[in-house]
Amino acid sequence: MKHIVIIGGGIAGMQCAVELSSLGISATVIEKEHATGGKLASWHRLFPSFTPAEDVLGELRLKFAKAANISLRCGVTATEITPRKVTLSTGDELECDAVVLATGFTLFDARIKEEYGYGIYDNVVTSADLEDMFNRGEIVLKNGNKPRRIALLHCVGSRDEKVCQRHCSKVCCVTGVKQAIELKEMFPTADVFNFYMDIRMFGPGYEEMYREAQVKHNVHFVRGRISEVSPTIDGRLQLKAEDTLTGRPLKMSVDMLVLLVGMRANEENAELAARYGLQCQESGFMKPQDNFMHNVESNVEGIFYAGTITSPKSVGETLNEATTVALRIKDWLQKQ
Amino acid sequence: MINFGFSINKPRVIDIDNNNLRKSNEIILEMPELQACIGCGSCTASCTAGNLTDFNFRKVHTLVRRGEYQGAYMELNKCMLCGKCRLVCPRGINTRGIVMLIKRKLGDF
Repeated sequence: MKHIVIIGGGIAGMQCAVELSSLGISATVIEKEHATGGKLASWHRLFPSFTPAEDVLGELRLKFAKAANISLRCGVTATEITPRKVTLSTGDELECDAVVLATGFTLFDARIKEEYGYGIYDNVVTSADLEDMFNRGEIVLKNGNKPRRIALLHCVGSRDEKVCQRHCSKVCCVTGVKQAIELKEMFPTADVFNFYMDIRMFGPGYEEMYREAQVKHNVHFVRGRISEVSPTIDGRLQLKAEDTLTGRPLKMSVDMLVLLVGMRANEENAELAARYGLQCQESGFMKPQDNFMHNVESNVEGIFYAGTITSPKSVGETLNEATTVALRIKDWLQKQ
Repeated sequence: MINFGFSINKPRVIDIDNNNLRKSNEIILEMPELQACIGCGSCTASCTAGNLTDFNFRKVHTLVRRGEYQGAYMELNKCMLCGKCRLVCPRGINTRGIVMLIKRKLGDF
């Protein structure tokens, strides 16, 4: 039986393993954390349908557990990767016929954008922190009060040369609109403002959700990037931006600011490229052979990519891609 | 006192905290579709009045939503209610209705 080693036990790695198993190919998944699920494990609900992330991950984990010929190694990393052999941090060597890199992305560290005050002022949180709060079921300010006015800022660590992140992270716009609706549902009398540069609603149901946020939930959208955040004398946050649709500067104070942090390429990508002859894109994400017929193959025979290692992707896109990888591997193995 | 010819400009900033948003909220509550505006500018591009004067419907209603009512009523007097903007709005907003609603609500501004 052919055997594949998949590096990364997030949704891309798990889905790829499940699909390989159904094609009669065995797989070992290497996960550096102590549980599978990756970033999705800490997310609350998914756009645009508000599906609990737990439902998606639960079903995937069940399929993963039931599938034949899958093994899982948690709490280990790969120290040496070749298409035919992967060496683990424990010293074990895994023989294989191909390798799938599914190591995902890193969340942008909002502290780098110091002007927004993350880690400096109370009640400046990231979109990931907010999901965490949703998971815990309580959104409260540091002083224990409920927020009455909330702002969400799009493109934090995306489309910003100042932090070497030229690319669009793709999912934050949709997440921002989703979270605005969730906040409005929790606090119907609160004012929610989204500050955006462009609103990119690229997928099915996204534009509809955007419209619902505007018309049904009365979420305010201001086109303009917040330039700076400062504390007010009563412990709130003062924002400054340009309302570019009226051409006037705008200022307001809010109780809470949510920074929609983008997806950053893993630091390790450059090392992967240097050590194994792979290629990175300008954004730092790995570069597939092309964007069309060979979009999950690396430039090295026998090394494949699945999920957000090559670019920011939504959960649905990642799952689709992981399935594609399994099919391409089967094809490729037959040609060997 | 000697007049040196200096004066103080009124700040141009839209100050959401100090603007009275009551009228703005009433307008949005009555016609929530106004919030669906994506700022495409079709209304202004097709506007008969906008082609002859500096009337800009998109800008006026955006300012009104931010609580900037000053001059909005007079500005909207330039609208001839021809309704072309309503024909082109990609979000299906009854723009002509919005003009009349804002004028009704802001009669005293």
